Amino acid sequence: MSKILIMLNVNGRSHEIACEPNTLLLDCLRQDLGLTGSKRACDDSSCGACTVQIDGVPMLSCALLAVSCQGQRITTIEGVAEHGSLSALQKAYSDWGGSQCGYCTPGFMMTVNALLSETPDPTDEQIGAALSSNLCRCTGYVQMIQAIKAAIRAEQQGRAAKRA
Amino acid sequence: MSDFSVIGKRTAMVDSSGKATGLGKYADDFSVPGMLIGKILHSPYPHARIKKIDASRALALDGVVAVVTGSDAPNKYGILPVGHDETALAVEKVRYVGDNVACVAAISESIAEKALELIDVEYEPMQAYFDPEDSMKATSDLIHPEKPGNVEKDYHHVFGDPDQGFAESDVVIEGRYIANEVTHAAMEPHCTLASFEIDSITGNQGRLTVWSSTQVPYYLQHKLSIVLDMPMSQIRVIKPLVGGGFGAKSEIIPLEIIAAVAARKAQAPVKITYTREEVFWAHRGRPRTIVDLKTGVKKDGSIRTVAARVVQDGGAYCSYGVVTILYSGALLGALYDIPNIRYDGYRVLTNKPACGAMRGHGTVNVRFAFESQLDEAAARIGMDPAAIRNRNLLKPPCLTVNNLRVRSYGLPECIEKVVTGSRWAERKGKLPRGRGLGIACSHYVSGAANSIIRSDMPHSTVNIKVDRDGGVVIYTGASDIGQGSDTVAAQIAAEVLGCSMARIQVIAADTDLTPVDIGSYSSRVTFMNGNATLRAAQAAKKLIAEAVAKRMNCSPEDLIFSDDKVWKKGAAEESVTVAAAAPTVSGHVEGQILRGSVQQKRKDEGVKERMSFEEAVVTAMDIQGTLTGVGSYAPPPDARGGKHKGGGVGPSPAYSYSAQVADVSVDEETGEVTVHKIWAAHDCGRALNPVAVEGQVIGSVWMGLGQALQEEMVWKHGLLMNPSLLEYRSASGVESPEIECYIVESIDPEGPFGAKEASEGSLAAAIPAVANAIFDAVGIRLRESPFTPERVLAALRSKKAGAKKLQLTRNADPENPGSFREHGGSLCFKGKGPVRHALDPAMVRPGTTADAAEEMGGAD
Ligand code: FES
Ligand code: FES
Repeated sequence: MSKILIMLNVNGRSHEIACEPNTLLLDCLRQDLGLTGSKRACDDSSCGACTVQIDGVPMLSCALLAVSCQGQRITTIEGVAEHGSLSALQKAYSDWGGSQCGYCTPGFMMTVNALLSETPDPTDEQIGAALSSNLCRCTGYVQMIQAIKAAIRAEQQGRAAKRA
Repeated sequence: MSDFSVIGKRTAMVDSSGKATGLGKYADDFSVPGMLIGKILHSPYPHARIKKIDASRALALDGVVAVVTGSDAPNKYGILPVGHDETALAVEKVRYVGDNVACVAAISESIAEKALELIDVEYEPMQAYFDPEDSMKATSDLIHPEKPGNVEKDYHHVFGDPDQGFAESDVVIEGRYIANEVTHAAMEPHCTLASFEIDSITGNQGRLTVWSSTQVPYYLQHKLSIVLDMPMSQIRVIKPLVGGGFGAKSEIIPLEIIAAVAARKAQAPVKITYTREEVFWAHRGRPRTIVDLKTGVKKDGSIRTVAARVVQDGGAYCSYGVVTILYSGALLGALYDIPNIRYDGYRVLTNKPACGAMRGHGTVNVRFAFESQLDEAAARIGMDPAAIRNRNLLKPPCLTVNNLRVRSYGLPECIEKVVTGSRWAERKGKLPRGRGLGIACSHYVSGAANSIIRSDMPHSTVNIKVDRDGGVVIYTGASDIGQGSDTVAAQIAAEVLGCSMARIQVIAADTDLTPVDIGSYSSRVTFMNGNATLRAAQAAKKLIAEAVAKRMNCSPEDLIFSDDKVWKKGAAEESVTVAAAAPTVSGHVEGQILRGSVQQKRKDEGVKERMSFEEAVVTAMDIQGTLTGVGSYAPPPDARGGKHKGGGVGPSPAYSYSAQVADVSVDEETGEVTVHKIWAAHDCGRALNPVAVEGQVIGSVWMGLGQALQEEMVWKHGLLMNPSLLEYRSASGVESPEIECYIVESIDPEGPFGAKEASEGSLAAAIPAVANAIFDAVGIRLRESPFTPERVLAALRSKKAGAKKLQLTRNADPENPGSFREHGGSLCFKGKGPVRHALDPAMVRPGTTADAAEEMGGAD
């Protein structure tokens, strides 16, 4: 298949990429842009390891054609750190054992990050519902949920401090 | 509680930021210039002779660089020295659906995939065996001709006097238990990138570098050298971040060898990454296991005898099989005090993907049977299930009847914790129908006392290098696969040297850089690599202490290393604390000055009583030149077990212990089992990093719950029916219960700071805890796992007079599993099951039994 030229906005930067029209966004990110943070862990869009945000909405990059994402804001795990430091969520994941092998982490990060920007103070059910789109085989989710709650607390304290 | 500064503290993993930012690299994240993509052609037959392979059409395709087949690398290998029965690609015949036939290396994945379709292979189907008990009767078409009756290995052990034990027992219970097959399904699919260099001297293909998702880089190096006929020194294996292993990556997986063979032939780097489906075929998971178990107890609850006959459905290759079947018997001991044991174990070959080591290797399925039967025994003699477990405790230090050495034993405290936590005494037996509590215990080794390749070589070795500015680099061969071994090594070194974690770098699992470690399996890393790190750090500390002691006019023993400082015992305490409170930036500045004018500064100061860590390091370096500490660990001879045949498997320098209570409800209408909560207590000796310990314990309980409730590999005619995460039903966050973890610290005399294993021991108890809770809830005793709604419902209906019996498949009574079934009896595959197309090559095989035909199309 011959290649076409597409323009993708990833993490706030525009990239011109030559790719086959049937290239998946995941492959485009990983192979053409070297953004290997998004992972592939399944063949049937069931694991969530490849989750990125398209205009702020968590989506499976293994189920999207790169071509179809032109003109949209794509955010990958590489775009989550703030000012070169870990975001509150990333820090909490480290401190609370939110990741073990870490292979599922980028996907979860994108899912939870979207949840928290929509709903800064989610209920347990909302956290559970959001997490159900991603799979982890290491943590049993317990520490991951602790990490998310710790991140929420940290954010709230940060905001409170800013207000004061 | 303890006066450690780093040990026992909740510490973030040293590599966690790479994982949280996506910048950490896993094998598939690497690419090198000129890299080709490899794709493997798999067998559609469960058992067939390969008559001809013709790759000419594939080679003619533009973009295809090489096609490799079995004849390109016919040397046999296998993880066990007694099990060298695999080749990189099939030679002569294929042994399971998914066996590796050929590999294409092409410039892109799509071209490689297209080329696979152009390889013409002519097969001659042979009789295939799917049921281990049938397979044992085979006389023709043996899976490996050198294994009569398709039995890979059988062991028959007798310890004490089992018959006498049964005679003394008041109650003897017998039953058959079946645990269906499960797999690791680590989130990262296996991946290997192999690249050869050109040798400067010979001008030919020279050294090989391999990046691979492995738990055992040194074994990979060893097996590659066998298959490729290259010296090990010419092979460099690098383990990048690994996305979970659980045993799946604890041996050599076909693609690791195939990538190297393909790279050699294509004369270019080759990367192969499995699809999820291929991961299921590569498998090496926990075999389906039949356990015929007989337990004799006295009225007072004491266990007199256990007799077990275990048959494992091992798949088409040996893999870890011989070890698995031995663990199943050996680990009947070391949990409770059992004076008499009889064990007959059969590891059987079948035409399915090979089973291997999976978290809780060998012990899990037998533990499910044993703990279930112990519950039955307690019910029969009218004893509380927690009490019967307390009645049979070991009295360590001791040697079990099968020669396992037990020294630290936190089981009583584990039981106490979960009994208290779950309010067992108030709630057990008093919950409304449909809700129940169950208890079970388990244990596991902290590393095998004997390595796979028998030798006196240490199992772990570590080098520590200290730099002039106080930086510490740990070189360790240990493989961090997410369990946190790099972090534990860093903590141990920091504790010994009295320096902060920030000073420590860990360089791990690169065969060119790091000293040998036999790998991450059998929960050996914290114990063995931890001890090696401890010794290496002590060696480095000793050099520093000797130099510093000279300058402080004291003996090295009088020095205290802590808080990034070294001081003489009794030196004014408050000034030390003041210094410790001061920002460490000043330390850096001091370090800079020291490098320039240390001699002058020393003269100015005269005898010191206190030094910064940098200063102490510089003092030592001025004497030593370099500053390196080395350490190693080999299990002591008295922990290596008995002399009997097969006695090498099971012994460990220390055992971890676990007790769990499950709180479940059973919906009698739908058969659905809901686990509300698990209380899990784990004796890990000492929790070096409580976050990591809790993570490991919770993770293993969770994985056990998967096997208890829904995970199972469903087969039909040797074809895996559910090779995807969705159909394999890996639980998501919403389906996962709360797991409360209690850490019990028994402080092992030999573990590093008293630590033992934490990653596997808790898995096994989860399954019987749930089974026992289901019995408590609705009075059915499920003897076949997983406890899916179909099985629960079938068991409930068989109890209810007049209820319509649930027809799953033949021998379906989950309370009384008779023999293996071709598939698990799950709802989606019950009755007719998915019918394979008549022209499906796998269907055209001799010896299709009437039974199979019936399952295929006919009677429900
Ligand atoms: S890779 Fe599994 S959902 Fe995208
Ligand atoms: S941390 Fe390993 S899969 Fe989630």
